[in-house]
Amino acid sequence: MAELPGQIRRMSGGISQLIEQIYGFSRRCLFRVISMGPIPSHLAFIMDGNRRYAKKHGLEDGSGHKAGFSALMSMLQYCYELGIKYVTIYAFSIDNFRRQPEEVQSLMDLMLEKIKSLLEKESIVHQYGIRVYFIGNLALLNDQVRAAAEKVMKATAKNSRVVLLICIAYNSTNEIVQAVKKSCINTSDNMEAYGNDKHEDRDSDIEGTDMENQEKRIQLVDIEENMQMSVAPNPDILIRSSGETRLSNFLLWQTGNTQLCSPASLWPEIGLRHLLWAVLNFQRNNSYLEKRKKQL
Amino acid sequence: MNFMIHANHLLVLFTISTMLSVLWFLLSLLSLLLLPCLRPCFPAKGSLKNKKKIDKGTYVVGEEETPKELQRELMPRHVAVIMDGNRRWAKQTGLLTSQGYEAGAKRLLEFADLCFKLGINTVSAFAFSTENWGRHKIEVKCLMYLFQRYLKSKIQFFQSKEIRVSVIGNLAKIPESLLRTVHELEEATKSYKKKHLILAIDYSGRFDILGACKNIVKKSEQGLIREEDVDETFFERELQTRCTEFPSPDLLIRTSGEQRISNFFLWQLAYTEFFFSPVLWPDFDKQKFIEALVSYQRRDRRFGSRL
Repeated sequence: MAELPGQIRRMSGGISQLIEQIYGFSRRCLFRVISMGPIPSHLAFIMDGNRRYAKKHGLEDGSGHKAGFSALMSMLQYCYELGIKYVTIYAFSIDNFRRQPEEVQSLMDLMLEKIKSLLEKESIVHQYGIRVYFIGNLALLNDQVRAAAEKVMKATAKNSRVVLLICIAYNSTNEIVQAVKKSCINTSDNMEAYGNDKHEDRDSDIEGTDMENQEKRIQLVDIEENMQMSVAPNPDILIRSSGETRLSNFLLWQTGNTQLCSPASLWPEIGLRHLLWAVLNFQRNNSYLEKRKKQL
Repeated sequence: MNFMIHANHLLVLFTISTMLSVLWFLLSLLSLLLLPCLRPCFPAKGSLKNKKKIDKGTYVVGEEETPKELQRELMPRHVAVIMDGNRRWAKQTGLLTSQGYEAGAKRLLEFADLCFKLGINTVSAFAFSTENWGRHKIEVKCLMYLFQRYLKSKIQFFQSKEIRVSVIGNLAKIPESLLRTVHELEEATKSYKKKHLILAIDYSGRFDILGACKNIVKKSEQGLIREEDVDETFFERELQTRCTEFPSPDLLIRTSGEQRISNFFLWQLAYTEFFFSPVLWPDFDKQKFIEALVSYQRRDRRFGSRL
């Protein structure tokens, strides 16, 4: 008689496992069907709405972000199962430093905990062979978080199956200015080398051509190369949760031709259906976009 | 005797009812005469709906009264628009593509006029992208000719309305005649301050950023600036939108249902609210624009910090 509750618990555990397996199997079948059409190679997420979620459910302040993290793990799993190679997430903006110090601190603590967990054996990184990049002005982070981030980048450098780009202490305008500065430095270095080669010719005509050449030297490709996000192609789809339709200084350079989606659900409520809807829309628009690319 | 009393009562009643009928008649007549004056004081929802039905596609001349659904103090200062859908509109209505573009141009002027009347300071429009050069040569020629003809014919219009017009973009590949008209128009309207219409012709957000980068290189080569001076504020002043005090749009509207920026402003759209409308551009009338503004005014712009 005493064994009965234990048996019931084992049975219910077994049933829920079975249900999970059936769900996982049907999901993978669905993904097989969808991948017969074009699949985006790069998906970006703005994970908005964690604080509103906590407020809505009467939870304490930090729990919204924790719920957001679980939602993120599920979404990453779906993306990689579907065959999307690059996923970028907007974890923390430079603007977010202006929030209340307690909130910023709790976010930093949560990020430190989660970044460290990425290195564990059971983590999603090992499950899918993810290469992780941390994009942003890492100097603005505290030493512990920065050190953990660099450790993860080093540890996953050899993975090549799929890529996760975590934008932390990031602002697109900041990224552009840094890339421009680097391009200018590279250009003046090249010009110095060029000038040294030509120092015998003091002809003013040659100098005039020098200025022209210098201007021509900086091309779009120079700025692009120096962007931190150059490790990935431009995003095909950008999904921002919580219904807001704005970029909030995220990937401005890269989203010139990206499809923008803004489902109304808050980030912790995001699910498979939002991903499917975005991908199906992408497939619908893809043939038109391919035609446009050929025109160029 | 009783009969006399009854008759008396009946007479009194008859008199009173006649007087009341006359009074009622006079009051009805008075209210019919005064009703047009009374209506603004009691704007019932039903009457406002009727007003909208009558106003469909037409615009009130002179200063625009702020519509009931909007608040004057929450108006955006700078509205940007991607005028998509002219060719589809032409196809749907059985017209030529050129007529679609004409309708689009006409719609733009009406839209800009409406914006200025509602108190919006700056309007920018994506007229022609660098990527549009890839379209059919005849179509591109037709577009360039339309720009030139339309802008030339509207110089007086802009002057009378005191609208400053600026054209941003590469402008290296556009025909000479259009370039001359652009210069003429900019010269003729450069002194106006309160209303600004920015037309992006042969514009690309990426080339804008590249241009700013080249300006910075030039300035640093001439020793005018140091590397440390170059920050985000400095960079913004080197972009082509330096012609306006408000380079960043508060609201971007894209018509025809596409949900992409298509290489319009990139840097400038960092905190801009987007509004995607399924309507084609020539059909984007006052009603649809008010919907966009209502949506904009409802939004909670946090800029990354407060909740």
